[in-house]
Amino acid sequence: MKLTIFVQEGPYNHQASDSAWQFIQAARAKGHEIVGVFFYHDGVLNATKDMDPPQDDRHIANRWDELGAEGVDIVICIAAAKRRGVIPENIVANTRISGLGQLAKMALNSDRVVTFGD
Amino acid sequence: MLHTVNKSPFQSSNLKNCSRYVKSGDALLLLEDGVYAAMQGTEQSGLIESLLSNGVSVYAISADLTMRAVSQPIEGVTAVDYAGFVDLVEEHPLHSWL
Amino acid sequence: MERNLMISVHRPPHGSIYVQEAIEVMFIFASYDINLSVVFMDDGVMALKSGQDGSEAGMKGFMASLGALVDFEVENVFVDEESLKERNISVDDLVSIGDDFDTDVPVYPKVVSSAEIREMMDKQQGILPF
Repeated sequence: MKLTIFVQEGPYNHQASDSAWQFIQAARAKGHEIVGVFFYHDGVLNATKDMDPPQDDRHIANRWDELGAEGVDIVICIAAAKRRGVIPENIVANTRISGLGQLAKMALNSDRVVTFGD
Repeated sequence: MLHTVNKSPFQSSNLKNCSRYVKSGDALLLLEDGVYAAMQGTEQSGLIESLLSNGVSVYAISADLTMRAVSQPIEGVTAVDYAGFVDLVEEHPLHSWL
Repeated sequence: MERNLMISVHRPPHGSIYVQEAIEVMFIFASYDINLSVVFMDDGVMALKSGQDGSEAGMKGFMASLGALVDFEVENVFVDEESLKERNISVDDLVSIGDDFDTDVPVYPKVVSSAEIREMMDKQQGILPF
């Protein structure tokens, strides 16, 4: 299965980002392909570089950074990012800012689009 | 079709709204706060009970059940892990009721 | 190869940005090889009420964009009849989504039943909810 993962909420405030990440781990373990992860609305905050949560809890931005380093395309919507002050200088490595066209391309290239939000 | 609901039925009408579009043979997955709909004996339990009796397979993410101490979901609700969630997505086209 | 994708709008406008940013997705998707259907349902039907005015609230809103949907080839726009009735919104109270390219006659969202919406959903390769 080729999957697009669409994440509509930011880190910690909602469980969406966690559920998405857990789903992706399970899907990849089963050999499915993640065509891409697309962050929209407050989801653009998931890759914030200066995130500094308590040491004994998960570090959400680092999770996405590691996933990106494993070759998954992690895209932050530029329009939603600009609204919220997310710029290339303040996102973790292995993620990129790009347009909604990337979501269209991901969706066209996938068997399923799975949305995580509020 | 696979429907997913992630909000508590006490907080949101998503589960009720979803029920209008559901057909026998569909699957419903409760995740995040949606698993509260699977608690027995609540004022909202009827929503899930009704879906079950109308031929909808109802699932709940086990990690979300245990996080929320919902130890005994309504009979007929099947707990699944994230791998089970992936299998459901593979089996059915999906609509998430956000 | 054209694919059927649906955007479903469930949430009310203005109290959150989902509707406004959903409309931005609609414009972009219409420029790809996508057979796009848009359904306003549940509280999402309130996005189509005519006369919405954000000036006192100091928020720009998306209302002007709605009137440009047809211009940007977002034409398959539907609204759930039951959701309108529940909210006492008359069909006459809905905004136009643009003018017909040939005739200049205003185009309105098509009112459909929940059963029809479900049938449409069954024909999609993907549904993006907002």
